[in-house]
Amino acid sequence: MPDTPPPPTESPPLRASPLAALHASLGARMVPFAGWSLPVQYPGGILAEHRQCRERAALFDVSHMGQASLTGPDAATALERLALGDLAGLRPGRQRYSLLTNDAGGVLDDLMVANLGDRLHLVVNASRTTFDFAHIAAALPANVRLEPHPDWALLALQGPLAGQALARLAPDTAALPFMGVANIDIGNIPVLVSRSGYTGEDGFELSVAADQAETLAKLLLDQPEVAPAGLGARDSLRLEAGLPLYGQDLDEFTTPVEAGLGWAIGKRRRMAWDFPGAPTIREQLDNGPPRLRVGLLPEGRAPIRAGVSVLAADGATVGLVSSGTFSPTRDAPIAMAYVQPHAAADGTPLTLMLRGKPVPARVAPLPFVPHRYAR
Amino acid sequence: MSQTRYTREHEWVRLDGAVATVGITDHAQTALGDIVFVELPEPGREVAAGEECAVVESVKAASDIYAPLAGRISETNAVLADDPALINRDPAGEGWFFRLTVADPAAFDALLDDAAYAAFVAESA
Repeated sequence: MPDTPPPPTESPPLRASPLAALHASLGARMVPFAGWSLPVQYPGGILAEHRQCRERAALFDVSHMGQASLTGPDAATALERLALGDLAGLRPGRQRYSLLTNDAGGVLDDLMVANLGDRLHLVVNASRTTFDFAHIAAALPANVRLEPHPDWALLALQGPLAGQALARLAPDTAALPFMGVANIDIGNIPVLVSRSGYTGEDGFELSVAADQAETLAKLLLDQPEVAPAGLGARDSLRLEAGLPLYGQDLDEFTTPVEAGLGWAIGKRRRMAWDFPGAPTIREQLDNGPPRLRVGLLPEGRAPIRAGVSVLAADGATVGLVSSGTFSPTRDAPIAMAYVQPHAAADGTPLTLMLRGKPVPARVAPLPFVPHRYAR
Repeated sequence: MSQTRYTREHEWVRLDGAVATVGITDHAQTALGDIVFVELPEPGREVAAGEECAVVESVKAASDIYAPLAGRISETNAVLADDPALINRDPAGEGWFFRLTVADPAAFDALLDDAAYAAFVAESA
């Protein structure tokens, strides 16, 4: 039955978002996540919040994400020593998805890197913030400085009507292309706006000083298109969009090639092979990786979740589910799994072992729900 | 005259003669959130008190349902397969899970009554 809260232990107290009071006033159910207390849902529930994002616009508090500035003449070059992607070639006003890798080619974290002209802005996963910032700081030359921003909040406004709602408050945001970034005032609040997100929809991530986050959030929630959504909907939305979650679909024992993220390496870096783990990653690109991230469509209605074994027709275990949920948009279960290459082709029939019972499934292309980014 | 009792796993049990109807409480469905799937036991299965015999899944997570009393499963609520959200809408009525013929009707009296369950929910909040 419903999990009872764990008994108090010596674990450190949870960090509160700058929007904690707002969440309480909205009736949010708070849960611990990566050391933070965050809203998993509001009274409307995950399904309604999910649909709100697919049909209108949803506001997420993602202030747990780690934010930092990287400054100095060689900032992008310094970061390239640790990360994939043509970061030195990133033009001002543009953002790019990147991966920190280790010497074995494993993924240490995935992150967003934006070029703000005078600095790079980094957004990393909450659970990896401490590690990432220490890892990056330790590798920097004397003329590059990493400045974490624990006093910045991050809001995500996502959905087909997000652009319309935000343009009413800040007309300049309408001109931002997908993966564009700019400093734009929203209701006299200085905000770093990027046109990006984690839902597959058009939308924005809004970086703002913590002490102005509640004012900004209320301004956004006052727009008729916008309603709040929690981590529960964020997870089902990103799964439908086929986007990996670090700690579930990505970890230090998984390479970008296995994860289907080889595109993030960048053309120039594929010539230079000058990032951590490049030999392994190159070898996997040439000869194929030992396993691949795929989408799975299970038959029936039972959600298939992380840890479920994937079997081939002959009964041999060929993989493991890394994430899964019930897709509100498809009204059916969806999952992502790592499987051996011979079982990775679209349409391959596979069997999932759920609570000791076989559930037929087939490999399906990602995303499960088409992306609708602004282009 | 039927009576309703409760378990510490947030199930309700209604006894009519030797047949117990089992569901989850309003408190439980609220805590679970939107229910998207239920796995029910096979009719005819013998269950011990406290044995896992059903699974309820919300978007977020799976939770086990335990047999509140020992007995034999006599019937399951077939409507839930197509409409699991019925559990959210009417947990104490149309959203029942299964019925079982109980081995020892007297064991029913050892379950929590209204007041004891309300107190249990209040103290675990």
